[in-house]
Amino acid sequence: MAVVETRNLVKVFKQGDLGAVNNVNLETREGEFLVLLGPSGSGKTTLLRMIAGLEAPTSGEIRIGGQLVNELTPRERGIAMVFQSYALYPHLSVYENIVFPLKAQRVPKDQHKQKVEWAASLLGITSLLSRKPRQLSGGERQRVALARAIVREPRVFLLDEPLSNLDAKLRASAREELESFHDRIKTTTIYVTHDQVEAMALGDRVVVLNKGKVRQIGTPKEVYDEPADTFVATFLGSPPMNLLEFSEVIVGFRPEAFLPSALVPGAAAVEFNYRVNYVEYLGAERDLYGSLEGAGFESKEIVSRLSWTMPSGYDVGTVHEFSVHQSDLRFFDPKTEKRTQPRPYPWR
Amino acid sequence: MASQRVRELGARILHKFVILVSTVLLAFPFYWMVIATFKQNVDLYNTDNNPFKFNLSPTLEHLRLLFFDTRYVRWLGNTALVGVIVVAITLLLALPAAYALARLTGRWGQRMGIAIFLTYLVPPTLLFIPLSRIVALLGLQDTIWSVVVVYPTFTVPFSIWLLMGFFKAIPRELEDAAMVDGLTHFGAFLKLVIPISVSGILTVVIFTFTLVTQEFVYALTFISPESQQMVGVGIPIFLVRGDVYFWGSLMAACLITSVPIALLYNMFLDRFIAGFTVGAVK
Amino acid sequence: MAVENRRLGAAMFAPAALYIVLLIGAPFALAVMYAFSDARIGTTGFHYVGFENFRSILQSPSFHAALRNSIVFTIVAQIIIIFCSTVLSIALEKPFRGRKLVRLLILLPWVAPISLGAIGWKWILDSIYSVITWVLVWAHVYKPYSAPMWLGEPHLAMASVILVHCWRLIPFSTVIMLAGLTAIPKEIPEAASIDGAGFWRRLFWIDIPMMAPIIWVAVLFGTIFTFTDMTVVYILTAGGPFDSTQTLPLLAFTTGIQGSDLAAGAATSLFLVPVLILIAYFMLRAAYRAEVV
Repeated sequence: MAVVETRNLVKVFKQGDLGAVNNVNLETREGEFLVLLGPSGSGKTTLLRMIAGLEAPTSGEIRIGGQLVNELTPRERGIAMVFQSYALYPHLSVYENIVFPLKAQRVPKDQHKQKVEWAASLLGITSLLSRKPRQLSGGERQRVALARAIVREPRVFLLDEPLSNLDAKLRASAREELESFHDRIKTTTIYVTHDQVEAMALGDRVVVLNKGKVRQIGTPKEVYDEPADTFVATFLGSPPMNLLEFSEVIVGFRPEAFLPSALVPGAAAVEFNYRVNYVEYLGAERDLYGSLEGAGFESKEIVSRLSWTMPSGYDVGTVHEFSVHQSDLRFFDPKTEKRTQPRPYPWR
Repeated sequence: MASQRVRELGARILHKFVILVSTVLLAFPFYWMVIATFKQNVDLYNTDNNPFKFNLSPTLEHLRLLFFDTRYVRWLGNTALVGVIVVAITLLLALPAAYALARLTGRWGQRMGIAIFLTYLVPPTLLFIPLSRIVALLGLQDTIWSVVVVYPTFTVPFSIWLLMGFFKAIPRELEDAAMVDGLTHFGAFLKLVIPISVSGILTVVIFTFTLVTQEFVYALTFISPESQQMVGVGIPIFLVRGDVYFWGSLMAACLITSVPIALLYNMFLDRFIAGFTVGAVK
Repeated sequence: MAVENRRLGAAMFAPAALYIVLLIGAPFALAVMYAFSDARIGTTGFHYVGFENFRSILQSPSFHAALRNSIVFTIVAQIIIIFCSTVLSIALEKPFRGRKLVRLLILLPWVAPISLGAIGWKWILDSIYSVITWVLVWAHVYKPYSAPMWLGEPHLAMASVILVHCWRLIPFSTVIMLAGLTAIPKEIPEAASIDGAGFWRRLFWIDIPMMAPIIWVAVLFGTIFTFTDMTVVYILTAGGPFDSTQTLPLLAFTTGIQGSDLAAGAATSLFLVPVLILIAYFMLRAAYRAEVV
């Protein structure tokens, strides 16, 4: 178990181009599940691959367990990695897949069987040991990939979007398995994903990346409730945070905070007139898409999320009074897009 | 670690060495052909002279002899004509067959595809004896039409196999959409699949043409008169007068014939590999 | 829709199928018939003579030499070819400056018409003017005029024939293996290297086993090309000296076409069939395996 640290890490693929990874500083905590979250092209996979030793950084330092690893090959870093495609060796059986790292690291032969069986039972795949990868389902392959990774008892786990190749239904159960797996072995894990639901569910902390830069590092609650800039605010949360853009300030509030005024009592409630243009019925929730009426608001689409327990009657074409509690407003500077202190409302 | 760096350097040197030696050994005969083409006979046939450089000034004599005193140009023409016609016949037979096997015939199609592939394994050196009889029976003996009729026996299976690969890579939905829009299945084939596959078809054309130029056994067996012969047979057989080999002109002919084919082939090799790996190793 | 498809499919497939039946199937059957007959060029009729042709062939020393040589040449050449092309394909896998040019040069032996490459080598191996001889004399390995005759001495002639076959087929096998190498998903060697495998372990435990189906295909094709080839021997040595480079296809040609004895020629060439069937069997197995990767 070790701490992974990057200092001023930069990766540029073509000279003159914008870096894929721009000056990233991060430090994991011992045993934590750290998620690298960002859209495609944000540099998260490149960052992971540099930590693994599959890509060389253009500049900057990578330390694992305090030791500088820039010059070390992947196998010397004591890490294990699970790839998006799992990269199981197709010509080898599950047993041979799992024992491969032991052979490669020249672990004494008499220990092989015992270690493989330990890893296999940890992941519940003991019955699959003689099968070949092509005979396994997606979930089973993930478990084999994890077993192969854990059998070497690495100090750091790296996972590159391992759930994105699974279909939606399988993804939820595979996610649970990952969570319980991490609870059991408690190895420092760095997990890359573009799916913010996954990130929030799995991560102890989330690193939000965009265009190679770190936008915010924090617990899921921190990045969701206290976003550091408009990118984080709109990337997390689906539907994303509503943003009202004015020349002096950007004001944001989440759809679930924007409710019928009757449900937001008190003097601290900020009131609006809301015209409903479109309704999406999602079962446990209803999403209303509409616009704010009044001077100063452009016809920007504002979303309200109602839970199923709330009253109905907010139909298309109707106008209602909706409010947000003052403490649920977030303010951003229009020029830097970064979070700022509350400012006076530009409307009214 | 220093030993790591040393190992890396050693590996890189070994790598370059392997490539250099292989390239030299494989391409050297062609370099040799270039030299022989332009060397004066006095220089060429003097065993004391260094063969790798021009000890006397280079000459165009061999080329002159080749182009004006032999039937080389005629052979080139014969081969080109045969190539074009065989390509046409091959496309006519192979295009619909490949499409049928790729799309229309289900499991039967797979089996037929394998059967076609197996016919490619029947070599000319097995069939040439009975075929010589058949060719004589048809009265095509000693004409270029003998090979025109016979060459598709190896170009067609090969082309079907290649084209199957290309066709399989086209998503079925495209033809379905065309048929929903009103085309018949055959119409979809003609108006949609073929235009999309132009790159693959071009690859097949090039490879078929090169197969024709490389052939030796059938041309040797079916055609005797010098004026009707193909270039692959004409050069080794007729550029020898009695026991005397006109090595300078021989090498010139080899060079001039091989290089354009090589350039063409090289241009289309990537596409060939793409089709090959899709078709063979799904 | 399915019925219409099958009819259309059969119709589109029919012309090619018909052509193949007529021009491959029928001659093949004819070859078998000739082998059991007394057909000759020039006469039209022929009669059944049972196994007479086979009996006389099997007694001929030329045939024994041809059979032995065909097998030996093929196996020895294949071993050399597979080894060299594996090494070469691994060397060519990573991009480097000039790779395109190298690839063009390396492909020349395969792309050039067989007969022309062979004639080129005939000149290189000529008894008097051989450039190899010149280099060896220059390096004082041999005295002038005492160098061996590369195509004139039986064992050297055999080696020369094998050499030319290797020269022709190494590019072909290399290209096929390169395709196999590049088809390996990038993440697998990466996973292997993270698992702790160094270059050689990756090569022998991951890359080569994963290339196995394609190596198989290259071997099978290479075997066919060498075993059934007549052109290289015909041009280099015409089977000499003293039948030391005689091969089955060449013998079939000399007896059947040059010697006008169609029946004997056909019988000789039929000996190719068992090997071809064997190859076809392995080819099919390799094809099925390759599809289930």
